[in-house]
Amino acid sequence: MAKGGTSVAELERVANTIRQDIIESLVEAKSGHSAGPLGMADVFTALYFKIANISPETRGDANRDRIVLSNAHICPVLYATLANRGYFPREELKTLRKLGSRLQGHSNNHAQPDIPIETSGGPLGQGLSQALGFAIASRENTRRGDQPSWHTWALLSDGELDEGQTWEAIMMAGKLNLRELTIFVDRNNIQIDGFTEDIMPLEPLADKFRAFNWSVIAIDGHNIRQIIEAADQARAIAENPTVVICHTIPGKGVGFMENRFEWHGKPPSPEEAKVALAELRTFAGHIVSEHE
Amino acid sequence: MLNPELHLNPHALLPTVEKVPTRNGYGDGLVELGKENPDIFVLTGDLAESTRAHLFQKAYPERFIECGVAEQNMMGVAAGLAFAGKIPFVSSYAVFVPGRNWDQLRVSVCYGNANVKVAGAHSGISVGPDGATHQALEDIAITRVLPNIVVVVPCDYEETRKCTHALATHVGPAYFRFAREKTPTITTKDTPFQIGKTDVYREGKDVTIAACGPLLHEALLAAEELTKYDIEAEVLNCHTLKPFDEDTLAASVKKTGACVTVEEHQIIGGLHGAVAETLGRREPAPIEAIGMQNTFGESGEPEELLAKYGMKAKDIVAAAKKAIARKS
Repeated sequence: MAKGGTSVAELERVANTIRQDIIESLVEAKSGHSAGPLGMADVFTALYFKIANISPETRGDANRDRIVLSNAHICPVLYATLANRGYFPREELKTLRKLGSRLQGHSNNHAQPDIPIETSGGPLGQGLSQALGFAIASRENTRRGDQPSWHTWALLSDGELDEGQTWEAIMMAGKLNLRELTIFVDRNNIQIDGFTEDIMPLEPLADKFRAFNWSVIAIDGHNIRQIIEAADQARAIAENPTVVICHTIPGKGVGFMENRFEWHGKPPSPEEAKVALAELRTFAGHIVSEHE
Repeated sequence: MLNPELHLNPHALLPTVEKVPTRNGYGDGLVELGKENPDIFVLTGDLAESTRAHLFQKAYPERFIECGVAEQNMMGVAAGLAFAGKIPFVSSYAVFVPGRNWDQLRVSVCYGNANVKVAGAHSGISVGPDGATHQALEDIAITRVLPNIVVVVPCDYEETRKCTHALATHVGPAYFRFAREKTPTITTKDTPFQIGKTDVYREGKDVTIAACGPLLHEALLAAEELTKYDIEAEVLNCHTLKPFDEDTLAASVKKTGACVTVEEHQIIGGLHGAVAETLGRREPAPIEAIGMQNTFGESGEPEELLAKYGMKAKDIVAAAKKAIARKS
């Protein structure tokens, strides 16, 4: 599927396929995280298929946009997105978390040189700092001229905003007016031990970012059109970095998982996976024939 | 006598020996590198002058990044720069970097194999009056244990300058540490330095003294003193703790049959750790350890502290005799 030639309807179909692939890879892995990957499927689809300047036809392009996944425990959605984007066969998704697989339990950057996984994640709070590094490098390259340059995108969870390092990075990006950087925060309101506002309240989140010299856009993280428009807007903002606060439903698309924090860190059983896949395959009442 | 092939400072063991802080070698090395290579970046966490990173800041302000007192973020920014093709040098006190941001060093840098150079200033007990919190005595242990990283402890100004250049050329994570105080000049511009290669600074047959950092000078003084007792000590400059030159150490101890380790660091996990691990596997022999003996430091003048914690030449002499006496 070529970048730019993708309608919102087509992207919605892709996101649905990615959700099914997430379920199928998790049930095979017998461990892993369900809610976060399902909740971010729409953002990943929009970012990797439409927004970012990346393509499997030009792997390793020095000018490619850099995408940093900070909360790498949701990597099943990253892997499913990259496979559907054409970086590797979808069949490989079934090796998730298995011995010898490059699809590690938390995504890393060194096992797959030809796949745009730019950093290694897992321990929360480390991704945004690395995204700053990419953005600063691009700025310096632009200043030097005749050097590759790119936009940097980072994906964060709301839970990892508990980490001090994240706020160190937010403060520094504000100091540098780092317009070369845009982040998507998965505002799904859950973390392992419960709801974010019970564990460690984050609100008023948008005000906090604004106080650190960021532009803030809040969207429905399941509305592909809104995700694309927010990204366009973020790239156009010349003053400072932008955070797109994506309000999402954890477990989105699978009724029995939606909004339930107990699905943060476990995979579906084979029986639960059947129910989940059956629900996803109806796709808002339509049958998606290629999966029948 | 000092190994004539290594072009060491002929005045190294005289009371009048010139003294320069090793951190100055870092600052000067960075400025030289900045001129040669437009991809060199220098980061600091509110410690530009005392790490000597300010010299680079003055010369190349566009490639100097002030991160504020936020070491965890600083390590991550460096990783991102490295993945984007830059060569970042992260400059702070060794107690903070890698002390404060070890997880970032482990995951963002070492697991990702990022080409980041970590410079820990104010290492060792000789930091002095600032006291225990600011005396890095564990940094070698916590870096050496990480896969992919190179760990170097240069002994003087000139070796630190050469090390800065060598690590910029080496591709992959690296950690090196400096002292705060002025320390004796042991090497010259012509002295060879190669990452991963231990050099024999003085040949001997009775005991091996394996040293790193500025205390190498005390080790050389101790070797001179030992000649009064008809003991010929072989002194090794073990500047690279990782990858550790096992062959040179094992060959030396095979000849001498006893060993003393000398470091401004906890004897657990540092040079003593590396030597004991090596000899245990390859050349079992009695080993005595000069260094911090599982305690924190305290405030005091550097020389007072080195004396109190048993890191002077006379302590090394006693340890050498003890190691020799333990030979079976």
